[in-house]
Amino acid sequence: METQRRTDIGPPDFRKFLPPIIKSNYGKWKYHEIVKPGVMVHVGESGDRLFTVRAASPRLLGTKRIRKFSELADKYCGGYLRFTSRHNVEFLLTDESKTDPLIEDLAALGHPVGGIGPAISNIVHTQGWVHCHSAATDASGVVKAVMDDLHEYFDGTKQIPGKLRIALACCLNMCGAVHCSDIAILGVHRRPPRVQKGLNKTCEIPNVIAACPTGAIRPASVDGVPTVEIDEGSCMYCANCFSVCPALPLADPLNDGISIWVGGKVSNARHEPMFSKLAVPFIENDPPRWPEVVRNVRNIVEVWADGARPHERMGEFIERIGWPKFFELTGIEFTKQHIDDYRYAGLSYKRSAQLRQ
Amino acid sequence: MADKDSNGTPMLDDLEKGPWPSFVTQIKEMAAEGKEQCGQLLHMLERSYRDKVGHWKHGGIVGVRGYGGGVIGRYNDLKDEYPAIAHFHTLRVNQPSGWFYTSDALRTICDIWDEHGSGLTNMHGATGDLVLLGTTSDELEPTFRALTEHGFDLGGSGSDMRTPSACVGPARCEWACYDTLDLCHDITMTFQDEIHRPAFPYKFKLKCSGCPNDCVGAIARADMSIIGTWRDQIRIDQDEVRAYAEGGMDIDRDVCRRCPTGCCEWDGKEFVVDDSNCVKCMHCINAMPKALRPGTDTGATILVGAKAPIVRGAQLSSVIVPFMKLEPPYEELKDLAARIWEFWGEHGKNRERVGELIERVGLGNFLEAIGVEPTPEMVAHPRDNPYVFYEEYYEEEAEEEGAQPQSGVPT
Repeated sequence: METQRRTDIGPPDFRKFLPPIIKSNYGKWKYHEIVKPGVMVHVGESGDRLFTVRAASPRLLGTKRIRKFSELADKYCGGYLRFTSRHNVEFLLTDESKTDPLIEDLAALGHPVGGIGPAISNIVHTQGWVHCHSAATDASGVVKAVMDDLHEYFDGTKQIPGKLRIALACCLNMCGAVHCSDIAILGVHRRPPRVQKGLNKTCEIPNVIAACPTGAIRPASVDGVPTVEIDEGSCMYCANCFSVCPALPLADPLNDGISIWVGGKVSNARHEPMFSKLAVPFIENDPPRWPEVVRNVRNIVEVWADGARPHERMGEFIERIGWPKFFELTGIEFTKQHIDDYRYAGLSYKRSAQLRQ
Repeated sequence: MADKDSNGTPMLDDLEKGPWPSFVTQIKEMAAEGKEQCGQLLHMLERSYRDKVGHWKHGGIVGVRGYGGGVIGRYNDLKDEYPAIAHFHTLRVNQPSGWFYTSDALRTICDIWDEHGSGLTNMHGATGDLVLLGTTSDELEPTFRALTEHGFDLGGSGSDMRTPSACVGPARCEWACYDTLDLCHDITMTFQDEIHRPAFPYKFKLKCSGCPNDCVGAIARADMSIIGTWRDQIRIDQDEVRAYAEGGMDIDRDVCRRCPTGCCEWDGKEFVVDDSNCVKCMHCINAMPKALRPGTDTGATILVGAKAPIVRGAQLSSVIVPFMKLEPPYEELKDLAARIWEFWGEHGKNRERVGELIERVGLGNFLEAIGVEPTPEMVAHPRDNPYVFYEEYYEEEAEEEGAQPQSGVPT
């Protein structure tokens, strides 16, 4: 039966999906405690206790698995669940005795619990080769390989000094906004776009020229047909031109790969928010498990875990010990690529004699 | 399609091993449910793993009738080999505030998506939407119709207001300094047209974090970052502070000495905060959640301009309003957003984010244009270069005649 077409109704009101314990304690929570890895309790002014069980998810979920989550929510917590900003799924329980059976069911389904408090939480990530046109690497596969290696920092088997947040974006568009993460895994292109024939038929040339942040794209003519030419020396492979013009592809198996950035944070706790800085300029794509990426991430995590003080985030730790020490401790080679040469490059030069000689 | 039948997917199969939940298992589960597109997706992805390059092309213009956003077109470049995913578009479904669901609501989404698409999702996309991953052009409108019949709607994409998102807020957090969930929902409902019909120079993101811990990363990811704060005293339960000390916490070392302004002290008996010098960083509260809480005169700091690198470089948001009370119907905030959009719409270049516009015209000029008085909270420090612009200057004769100052700016 044909029904009337509805538009602009917006999302469902979240209030419909709140469990009764949240409705009655809304805005009246007093404190929370971490009960054990992956489980926390929020205590209301009323004395009510809400138990949250946080489980890892691969972010890419089929409906079959979402139905399984729904069944677990029905079985343990009246059908109420939520997701987090880092792709975890959270079950909201009022009966503490049900947390362990839920955790067992989740484990049987392949979902470890953890990521609360001083731990490595799930990796925020993007589509990669699964579904993106501008990816310089895969996302889900790298995340799987890295978290298979670091899962003990998620599930609480290994203790760490504070929070550590990893994010992955498969190109500089940074759909995952990884630029403020303790460790950022970033797909990079390293070859200028290859101008395709017929560009003038699919792209507006003035738009393409305006898209380049370094002015590396100029109008040109080949056999009387308007097109563009690239000053390759000025190209920094940002792919912004490709975003506006499909006839300028950058993806290239030989030159695409991964860079690793460290020391960013979004929280205001202690140190102000800061950007991640370049640690490893380039690691070639090595599917299915990107072993060099995994090794480098683990190395950086371990250097931080060994040296950081309680609560100290990666960036705070590095500021305290100094960048030369960071490179020394990690054994990462410092190269020309580590020195900024874009708009505010000078702000990152060391302009004092305060050095740990 | 030799590669599909004879060679299998050995590289992806390897990614089913190990303790972390596998996306490959998810795709295979849906392939086993009879979704041919998932089987082909898996094989095309295996090919990407071999070729070390993606096989998706730019999206074209696809969408649902009357909307300019919410659908991302996606086509593969090997359509003869993988015809079931020749077009494999994404729908962004606007999530409920705080990503709260009931099992019934999720099953409703699953039923719709099993009928109309691949059955694959992202829970959730980076902006916050529930992402339905992969369907054909002719299924877009039926999917949309089914979604709206069940109370769901699409989110933003392209040069529009993107789907706002919010942290868990007062639903499950004692630190929420305003109702992030209600504000997010209210703003989303108020600006449906801005979300669904792209009319901005570029994307505009808005995120609501209830406290300066900023759990949705608003300061790094949102053109308008709304971060909860307070302006009275941190609430202290001295008995609970002493309990932390008795439990082994080194309060002086791990709390007081980590305070960015050195405004708290612990003498072994009393925990004292000089609230006038507290910058609301949350560290002491994070460290001792049973003992300390934000004050009760709460609101938010409004910051503007964050973005990822494209086009001219990444930025964090910067302070526009140091403190704003946030109560329904949030007119002051909506009015501020409208003034920003008006100036940006007038002066922003194609694909220029608000933060980039501010850098181009200068924060001072931007504030003037949106009618906000400059205050010292908006800068890390005053300028340290002496190249100062003034818009006008006086001439000696003119002054004698009592005439108006001359413009110093070429018109």
